[in-house]
This record gives sequence, C-alpha cells and structure tokens, in this order.
Amino acid sequence: MKPSTFVHHAPGSVDEALAVLAEFGHDAKVLAGGQSLIPILNMRLAAPGHLVDINRIDGLDTIEVTADAVHIGALVRHAQLERHVGAFTHLPLLRQALLNVAHPVIRNRGTTVGSIAHADPSGEMPAVLALTSGYVDVASSRGTRTVAAGDFFLGPLESALAEDEMATGASFGRFPAGTGTAFAESTRRHGDYALAGVATAVTVTDGLITSARASFVSVTPMPDVLDLSDVLAGSAPEDGDWAKAAELAREHVDPDTDIHASAAYRRMLVGVLTARVLAEAASSATVSDATNANATRA
Amino acid sequence: MSQTTRTNAEPLVEITLRVNGVMRTAAAPARRLLSDFLRHELRLTGTHVGCEHGVCGACTVLVDGMPMRSCLMFAVTAQDHEITTVEGLAPAVEGTGNGTGTYTMSPVQQAFIECHGLQCGFCTPGFLTTITAYLQENPEPTETEAREAISGNLCRCTGYQNIVKSVLRAAEINRERGASA
Repeated sequence: MKPSTFVHHAPGSVDEALAVLAEFGHDAKVLAGGQSLIPILNMRLAAPGHLVDINRIDGLDTIEVTADAVHIGALVRHAQLERHVGAFTHLPLLRQALLNVAHPVIRNRGTTVGSIAHADPSGEMPAVLALTSGYVDVASSRGTRTVAAGDFFLGPLESALAEDEMATGASFGRFPAGTGTAFAESTRRHGDYALAGVATAVTVTDGLITSARASFVSVTPMPDVLDLSDVLAGSAPEDGDWAKAAELAREHVDPDTDIHASAAYRRMLVGVLTARVLAEAASSATVSDATNANATRA
Repeated sequence: MSQTTRTNAEPLVEITLRVNGVMRTAAAPARRLLSDFLRHELRLTGTHVGCEHGVCGACTVLVDGMPMRSCLMFAVTAQDHEITTVEGLAPAVEGTGNGTGTYTMSPVQQAFIECHGLQCGFCTPGFLTTITAYLQENPEPTETEAREAISGNLCRCTGYQNIVKSVLRAAEINRERGASA
C-alpha cells in the first residue's frame, strides 16, 4: 500500500514539464491533484519511473468564461470550479455535476482536467465534457493541439494523449439560450462511484423543445452523447415523452455487472434517472426561455 | 530541494513543511506520502492511516485550511503549504474553559467529548479536521447537511448518530465562544 520508487520532477513551467515528458514520457505520469493517480500508485496498479508534479507551475489554475465556453487550466481544483460564480451562472451543469464528484475533501485536491485526462467512464466530468461538446488543450514539446471530447476518449481509462503529451486545460462549451440542464446519479453512499449517472441538456425555443441530449456515467465504456431530439422535439417542456426517451437511453447504455450492482439494475437506473433529469432540465429550460423572451422584449 | 544518495538506499529529498505553525524539515524519499511523513519523520502520530486510498478519511489534515487526504498527497508536493493536523486544532493557550475565554479543546473536540462522538478513536482525527473546516464554511448546518459533511469519513464504532450530534453541538459551541469572546 505504498507507492513504488519514482523520480520526482517538479517543473516550474509547462515547457519544463513537456521537456521531462519528451525524455521520460514512456515511463512517466503527470501528477496534478493525484486523487485518482495516487490510489493507483499506492495499490501498485501502476509504477511509473517518473512523476511530473505540475503543482508548482504558475498560471494553470485559471477559470475563464467566454461567450462560447468555460475554459479551465490543468490545476483548477473541482472545489474551485464548483464555487466559481461565473462558471455556475453561464454553465450551471458544471456545478450540478461537480457536487457529485467524490466527497468534498477529494474535490478540494482533485483537478477537473485531471479527471478528464484519467478518462474513467465512471467520472462525472468526462460525461459533462462530452455533453457540452467541449475539448481538451493538449501540449507536447512538438507543439499544441486541441482535441474534441468525441475524439479524446478512446475507451475505459484510455485517452488520445500521447506519452509525451499533457492536458494543459479543457473547455466546456456553453449551451444556446433557452437550454436547461440537469444531472443525477445513483450511488450506494453519497460521493461514491455512481452505479449510474445521467447528464442532460434540453433546449426550448418559443415554448417547445427543439433539442435534447444526454450523456452517461458508469454505464458506457466511454462518455458519448445520445441525441434524444427525435423523440422530444416539438413537445411542450412539461409534456415530453420521458418514458420513450428513457427507453432509448436504456437501449443505448452498455453497463457491466460488478459487486455493487448487476447490469440489469444499472440499466433500470439509467431509465429512471434519464426520465427524471430530462423533465428537470426541460422545466429549467422553460424558465430560461421565458427569461430570454422577456429580455428580448425589454 | 537537494537530493542526496546513501549507499544501497533510495535518494532522499530534503522536505520542509509548515505544520501547526512550526517549520519542520526532514529527509524522506520522494514517494513518502504526507500521512507517513507526518507520522514517521515528524512523529506527529495523531494523523491516522486507514485505507491509504482515500476512502476512509482517517488521515484527513488541513492544507491551507482546506481538508485533504494526507494519504493522497506526497510530502514533497505539500511543501510551501500550511498543514494543520489534529495536534494543531486545540487552542495554543491553555485554560480551564470556565468562561474566561481560554480553552484546552477546540469547539469540535469539546463537542465530541460532550456528545460521545467517538469510541475507539481511530477515525476521530479525520472527523475533527473535516468538521473544523466544514463549520467555517457552513457555521449553522442542518442535521442533513451535517450528515453529508461527514459522508467522506468512515467510522466502524459509533453508527454516526453521535458524530452528527457532535457537528451540531460544535456549531453551537462556536457560537457560544464567539458570543463570549
């Protein structure tokens, strides 16, 4: 239950970190919050020879809200993003989901970008990145690139990051006006890994649903987005066919059986949670749509 | 941070931390967890080590005032931060707690005594640090909020009822002491 030996690198800049990764990337891991990595090291499920501890790099802990997105640096802790007023105002889904990320004490240390780079299908924030059509900022000594969520997650715990690359930030796309969002998950104990979780975004225009999408936690091999617009578009927000949408969600997911729950039980939860969050998102979209209508008239 | 090598031993790193207001320096391997560094190198054995993968909460300490798992942090990363362990919760000034404004126990510790919030005591340091920080953020929690605040800490003895009472009582003591101060 103690980590194996490693060489600790504490670069003072992103360039220094990338230089270390260029040399040792094949046998290195980036350490930010460490709330997923250190348990893995402690249990010796991994024993990298080098750790690139980025905690001393300045300028990676910023949150920026623009017209299109909420941009966060690699050292933004979950707790910091959860409490950020601008991020909550313009993308409430962030806080809705973050409140379900482990326990508050873990959120004080764990980073949101780290959670995304870890690419755990039971992570909440990868599902949120997918639903918001977000992307990851990736850097290496060879240059920088941005990778869309849909291309970033390749499988359970597998991302598009090459061994000499590091995720330096991520951007969550903002939804169009009139969009309501909701997040719910079912856990054995508050803060535990979700048995199943669902994030949704429902857009209402002129009093009718125009778009509805969902992404899932713990029940798909990697975060992907299910478009439910075909079933729900044209319905009044208080009158969507949630049962039909829930059925599509149950068909979409591919849960595993483990000691905590059977695949059938998880699939049942997906249906219940999907219907619940869609109704909630549609109802908050109505408020948002009405606000926008008033704002336009004013 | 200088690295020195001993024969047949892994390289040691000189690590300096500010713990409970005191600068402490010791040499340890880079892989030394903060929890072990506190206990082994600094002999501060109040911080307890349970699961070592962030589940049980026994090793929770305050890092710059925020509760964090000391088993999920390397001592070498914790440099430049202010660490508060359970040993640092009690007020520095000793007194009788008889209304003169000086106390031997912090409000949370006093509440655990009054409400029988511990039995074997193994998990207690993690609860005390977690609740101390929580009450600063939410000074008047409801019972439901109190229960949620301690959801990241495991206790095998109490069944949690008296710990929830302790959270609520600690909030009261905070107010009483604040009023009398």
